[in-house]
Amino acid sequence: MLKDLTLTRLVASARVLDTLGSIDERLLRCGITRRAFVQFCSSLMIAAPFGLAITDKKTPEEVAAGLGKVIRPPVIWLAFQDCTGCTETLLRTSHPDLGDLIMNVISLEYHETLMAGSGMQAQQALAEAVKKYSGKYICVVEGSIPTRDKGVYMKLAGRPAMEVLADVGGKAAAIIAIGSCAAWGGIPSADPDPTGAVGVADLLPNQTIVNLPGCPPNPYTLLGVVLQFADSGTLPEMDQERRPKFAYDRDIHEHCPRRAHFDAGNFVKQFGDQGHREGWCLYEMGCKGPDTHAGCSTRHFNEIPDVWPIGIGAPCIGCTEKSIAFRVPMFKVVQIHTLAAPPSAYAPISAPQGVISPLATGAVGLAVGALAGAGYVASRKFSTVKDDESAPGSSTTSTSERPDGDAGPKGSA
Amino acid sequence: MSPSVIPCQVTPHQLSRRQALLGILGLGGTITGLAVNAGASEHPEHPVAPLDSVSMLYDNTMCTGCKACMPACNEANGLPPDTVLSGGIWDLPADLNSKTKNIIKLYQEPDGPGFSYVKRQCMHCLDPACVTGCPFGSLKKSDWGAVTWNSSLCIGCRYCEVACPFDVPKFEWDHWNPKIVKCEFCYDRLHKNEQPACTAVCPTGAVIFGKRTDLLAKAKDRIAASQDKYFENRVYGEHEAGGTQVLYLSNVAFEKIGLPRLGTSSLGHYATKVTSVIYRWLSGPILVAGLLGVVIKKNWNRHEAESAEQEKETGLHEQL
Repeated sequence: MLKDLTLTRLVASARVLDTLGSIDERLLRCGITRRAFVQFCSSLMIAAPFGLAITDKKTPEEVAAGLGKVIRPPVIWLAFQDCTGCTETLLRTSHPDLGDLIMNVISLEYHETLMAGSGMQAQQALAEAVKKYSGKYICVVEGSIPTRDKGVYMKLAGRPAMEVLADVGGKAAAIIAIGSCAAWGGIPSADPDPTGAVGVADLLPNQTIVNLPGCPPNPYTLLGVVLQFADSGTLPEMDQERRPKFAYDRDIHEHCPRRAHFDAGNFVKQFGDQGHREGWCLYEMGCKGPDTHAGCSTRHFNEIPDVWPIGIGAPCIGCTEKSIAFRVPMFKVVQIHTLAAPPSAYAPISAPQGVISPLATGAVGLAVGALAGAGYVASRKFSTVKDDESAPGSSTTSTSERPDGDAGPKGSA
Repeated sequence: MSPSVIPCQVTPHQLSRRQALLGILGLGGTITGLAVNAGASEHPEHPVAPLDSVSMLYDNTMCTGCKACMPACNEANGLPPDTVLSGGIWDLPADLNSKTKNIIKLYQEPDGPGFSYVKRQCMHCLDPACVTGCPFGSLKKSDWGAVTWNSSLCIGCRYCEVACPFDVPKFEWDHWNPKIVKCEFCYDRLHKNEQPACTAVCPTGAVIFGKRTDLLAKAKDRIAASQDKYFENRVYGEHEAGGTQVLYLSNVAFEKIGLPRLGTSSLGHYATKVTSVIYRWLSGPILVAGLLGVVIKKNWNRHEAESAEQEKETGLHEQL
């Protein structure tokens, strides 16, 4: 019921306003309390403890004061081959006020799932928004884009997704590819990939693109990027995969709450076993934490502690990593690439040495003795055979043909 | 604390590559003779540490066994983690080996709650047995007394492994072109005016870096401050095997944590006591060659006599 109310309010407020205005004005008009906004700002700070200009070295009140003056950024949200999970992550806040608030700090001009209109009406809204805010709006893309067979596998008002993206994305100030699908293709691009699904960066390589992979990503990461862009026109520092470092610089394994179990050698061997119930390390169940860069281990979902895959006992599938998610089997154990940290096991003072059994010594001794004996016997034989007439090469015929006196000592001739 | 950049003493009988090659070409006898004769005087029984000798002091009562020094060492030396025992998960070596220059081991009392950690690495002896044993001067006492290894002079004889009383130099058995792997006191870091990786990273100060004289004084202060806390109220490495540059304080017997009971005279001195007699003026080789000559001469004479007798008998000259 609360969610319905939220949406009704959202739709109503969207009709009332046709100018952007600052966030403060908007919140005041929608009746959202200052307390909720400060709470939102502190959540944003938890999601981005550093590396984000709007939250850096500030108190929640200071963040709220700064953000309040920001003009609400116009956002056009395109959904392609997706499951709408990334939209859901934005809506499924544990507090309805917060969900309402999230949809109010940004000015969502077009979003197929959330907008009241449909059909021609919706297309008109999109065209108008693109025209009105051309070069100023932020285009959020959710889902991958099919490219095979000229992109016929997904069409929007009769136009292939590729064309829509080129049109809307091309006029955007910045594109945010939310979710693994938009970042590089995600699930639709998994083998056998019937639609030739690709991410936004593959189609518009020269545009300003921020990738927020994750299945789904943390909504506060999106809001952090959008609000910083609205505030100062800058984007946070990014890595080579175009992921903002403030959210994707950490290795899940390095900050995992179950890391102590890894170091102690406590591993879940089977789902549902005693170790699983005790919350042990999921490494042997194929957890991709050691290879995955994301903030999940420190910033959980829905504002509830321990709500994230490993927290609820499911191994990490590496959804933020292009090379892992939907490519490496889910339960396959990964190699530890980071310098293995020492566990609570120690080498003994004297290292275990192999012992040579008396039997082996005896056997080797016998073999050596036999060889030596055989050698001696052979040498004896050779020395006695020296003058033997029957030895090969000294047959009687050859002896008789030999000139006299050439056959060695006379006694043997 | 950082080491001062003062060139260190030139070590006994270090051979250049050229000298080594000359030795192979047959002039070895002369050079070896010279080197050994020089060695006898340059291996005093109780070597005195040069004033700039660097040192490490490890105190097992302060070590918490966190092993921070192990990955730090691996990183500083570019060593891969040894994951054989752990099934590819952890750096868990069983002992110092070709992938481990520094290790934290655990001593547990067989019947009791007592335990102690111990950090093992090269002891950097003042007169190292490995350096004395190395036939081509691949191992040498370098600046500040660090015992370093030079790959271009090593012939892989592994005499150093046999010579070392602390079982430190290790051989890369699993490599087609094996190296000798041992702690080199982070020689490169010393040259960059940085302390070794293990002492830099130790969170409790269980292993600290400094000049040998300073650390020896510090260790003695600790002993004086709490009598009978430390085993035998002494510093291991002050006199052992002529003195080492890595010093230990322990609250359990040194033998129990794997530090052997050694005499106070330097092993180089001990070895050269023997070799200087055997090789003095090449007397040993000359003696052996002389003996061989006598035997050969004797056998040859017998053979001559036999063939002369045969010739007399058959009238034919021996055809060999």
